Amino acid sequence: MKVSDVLRAPEASRSNALHAGAWWVWALGLAVAASRTTNPLLLGLLVGVAGYVVAARRTDAPWARSYGAFVKLGLFVVFLRVVFSLLLGSPIPGTHLMFTLPEVPLPEWAQGVRIGGRVTAEQLVFALYDGAKLATLLICVGAANSLANPARLLKSLPGALYEAGVAVVVAMTFAPNMVADVVRLRTARRLRGRPTGGVRAVLQIGLPVLEGALERSIAVAASMDARGYGRTAQVPASVRRTTNVLTLGGLLGICAGSYGLLAAEGAGYGLPLLGAGLLAAMAGLRLGGRRTVRTRYRPDHWGMRAWLVAGSGVAVAVLMIWANTYAPEALHPGVVPLEAPELPLWPAVSVLVGLLPAFVAPVPATAPASKEKA
Amino acid sequence: MIRFENVSVTYEEDAEPTLRDVNLTVPEGELVLLVGPSGVGKSTLLGAVSGLVPHFTGGTLTGRVTVDGRDTRTHPPRELADLVGTVGQDPSAHFVTDTVEDELAYGMESLGLAPGVMRRRVEETLDLLGLAELRDRPIATLSGGQRQRVAIGSVLTPHPKVLVLDEPTSALDPSAAEDVLAVLQRLVHDLGTTVLLAEHRLERVVQYADQVLMLPDGVMGAPAGIMAVSPVHPPVVGLGRLAGWDPLPLTVRDARRRAGELKARLEDRVPAGPLPHGPASPASEARGSGGGAPGHGKGRSGGIGLFKRRRTETAPGPAPLVLAEGLAVRRGRVEALRRIDLQVQAGETLALMGRNGAGKSTLLSTLVGMIAPTSGTVRVAGRVPHSTSPRELIRQVGLVPQEPRDLLYADTVAAECAAADGDAGAAPGTCRALVSELLPGVADDTHPRDLSEGQRLALALAVVLTGRPPLLLLDEPTRGLDYAAKARLVARLRTLAAEGHAIVLATHDVELAAELAHRVVIIADGEVVADGPTAEVVVSSPAFSPQVAKILAPQPWLTVEQVEAAL
Repeated sequence: MKVSDVLRAPEASRSNALHAGAWWVWALGLAVAASRTTNPLLLGLLVGVAGYVVAARRTDAPWARSYGAFVKLGLFVVFLRVVFSLLLGSPIPGTHLMFTLPEVPLPEWAQGVRIGGRVTAEQLVFALYDGAKLATLLICVGAANSLANPARLLKSLPGALYEAGVAVVVAMTFAPNMVADVVRLRTARRLRGRPTGGVRAVLQIGLPVLEGALERSIAVAASMDARGYGRTAQVPASVRRTTNVLTLGGLLGICAGSYGLLAAEGAGYGLPLLGAGLLAAMAGLRLGGRRTVRTRYRPDHWGMRAWLVAGSGVAVAVLMIWANTYAPEALHPGVVPLEAPELPLWPAVSVLVGLLPAFVAPVPATAPASKEKA
Repeated sequence: MIRFENVSVTYEEDAEPTLRDVNLTVPEGELVLLVGPSGVGKSTLLGAVSGLVPHFTGGTLTGRVTVDGRDTRTHPPRELADLVGTVGQDPSAHFVTDTVEDELAYGMESLGLAPGVMRRRVEETLDLLGLAELRDRPIATLSGGQRQRVAIGSVLTPHPKVLVLDEPTSALDPSAAEDVLAVLQRLVHDLGTTVLLAEHRLERVVQYADQVLMLPDGVMGAPAGIMAVSPVHPPVVGLGRLAGWDPLPLTVRDARRRAGELKARLEDRVPAGPLPHGPASPASEARGSGGGAPGHGKGRSGGIGLFKRRRTETAPGPAPLVLAEGLAVRRGRVEALRRIDLQVQAGETLALMGRNGAGKSTLLSTLVGMIAPTSGTVRVAGRVPHSTSPRELIRQVGLVPQEPRDLLYADTVAAECAAADGDAGAAPGTCRALVSELLPGVADDTHPRDLSEGQRLALALAVVLTGRPPLLLLDEPTRGLDYAAKARLVARLRTLAAEGHAIVLATHDVELAAELAHRVVIIADGEVVADGPTAEVVVSSPAFSPQVAKILAPQPWLTVEQVEAAL
């Protein structure tokens, strides 16, 4: 076999499925990179990279459709950020006056708050950059969401948390099911000859939707119970007590430790306390795992390709943080005075490292004739 | 294996116990079929085996239920999970994970089986149930029959000794139902699994049963003995009783062996039309012409695709109530319907059949304007459904959806009726009168949710009929109905057809189609593959033919009723 054949990404199947965690590390890496720049060209490049990988590697599964929703949400955030800047003004001093909105006179005590008034080009550009950064963060999260099955992530949780995790995932299916219910009931309204829009319709549909969702949750709970959810193994009382002490103590330690780190005077004891707390909590979870009897069916393996995917995300983040030291002004194009953003060569190249998953991750099989409808 | 000792179950809100003093013993490795009319506590009895009653549902259970020696009183459902596998009526409420393979493994994971064992059993189960192609598919994208098989597979993997199934084939098309039953039989024969199942469609399951348990009396015995006295029985038994065969045949094969003499007696007789307004003699007339429009002379209904258009041009007669030409519907990348040509006349009853996911429901949705056609035209009473206002449309066409509950959202029957009158612009009291007729003895303040499946269907039907639509569509109307409720529904629909309503039913129930329909249209893969008079279509395709037709083939008898009338 030729080397190029070995290197080519295989067709995705259950056995070579990329670890869900790898996708999340990759996406969070991109998100960290996005948080380190306001250059719209670099942000656009990040969105492009995330979008390309999603387009190349997502499946036809229902959870894979969330990317579009996240992109829309991102655009909405940009829009919102600009509107707020327009209405509430901005501390950015600007000289390029674009127009002046009528200003609402506010009483004395509301000093510092402004509604309406001058709108400058600088303030709008600043709001745009800021919004774009947030939007990019959201889109990165959306990419992870559509590439990795959320239920698969569960398989990587420690045993003690698994049951809680299942509950959370089942609870999360509540929302899509409710959407399906709304669609069904709107159809039913049409069948009964009523208009499907309007406030009255929403009110009349609301109650049955909630009822239906509740009934379904109870049915799923019954099914889970009958299939052995929550079976526990007998463990000695001493182990149970130690588990409780370790977990509670650990959590307290983490709380106190993080308070220490954040408060000005406690920096000395903060770090060791946090560390000790984390250790105790992890030991507690591990011990707690003994109570659960469950095993895992075909957990995802963290293999070479997972390392490459996760590594490319981390690399983008690290390179971007590093770029902040050698080219800070290119990463944060000036707003006052206004200047056109430039695309700095090396940071741009480092963003492109994030494209790696589009070449190494297993390729999802082309949709098997999806003739049977849902 | 399963023992009930003086078991009674009472739910708090009811004065009467749902189950009263049930005593029974189910030996290991038997397939026991639970029969009885709706609301006699079949589901409760099944729930008591898995421990969900009373641990999960509440209520009080007196007496003792033991499964393989474990008392359900001291063992909650999760402690019985390795012993009892349960699949409820609605498979979609059963799924915890989101892909087929994970779902099959879930139960084993909870029991803590070793990874190697789990892997092996998942592979075995995938093959056993024919799910290997679907292993990576998200469950949300599966069809009804596939879901049912996944649900059964998911409880099989932990190798339970007892399998409890509540109406496992009601939502399935005939061939999918046979697959599921074949699997159950294999489990009983090869693995010695004890199976307890409740099912209304006896014609599908009774021949597989080792014993039949009849509620509410709690009598258990060999199928032939019970069927001889049971008020609910499949057509093959009905025919056997009519002909006085003894012992009673339970399978089509046994019945056919006895049928020689009956066939000879029926030789020169002609079946009466299935309906008062039915085609005068489907046996003779329909054979050649491919269509008979009831009540409006002959030769004017749909016919098979190619010939249809020509005949529409030449044949005179009233405009059809439903006229679809070249109808196509796409959903995303899926072509749900392709080049559908269909006509339905007033007074005609049409059965749409076809496997799960073939496009039957989509076609009905198109007729009520919920889905706009991608290409082609559809007219209902001369109107384009999807661009007609809902208020106007409900006076032309009414659909009773697969889940009648969707149509009901008030919290009392009276409020539901008042709303229906308002919607349809009918005189106050119209709907209530219909309800009283269809559902005698239902109080005004009953919550629709507390009605049984059949009662809910009747209420939804009344709501839809309030607008007096000339075209009535029903999607899977007999799911969850017992024989009595089904007989009432059939009688009611016949009256409606006689009054001139056109009725279109999408159904898997071949017996219902045989009793009711003038014409059968079979849809496969979004296309019409057969369209013609019931007797012709149904007799020519084994999957869709009713039991009587199979027994008396090649003579064109469809129902016990026809045979009875002819003798």
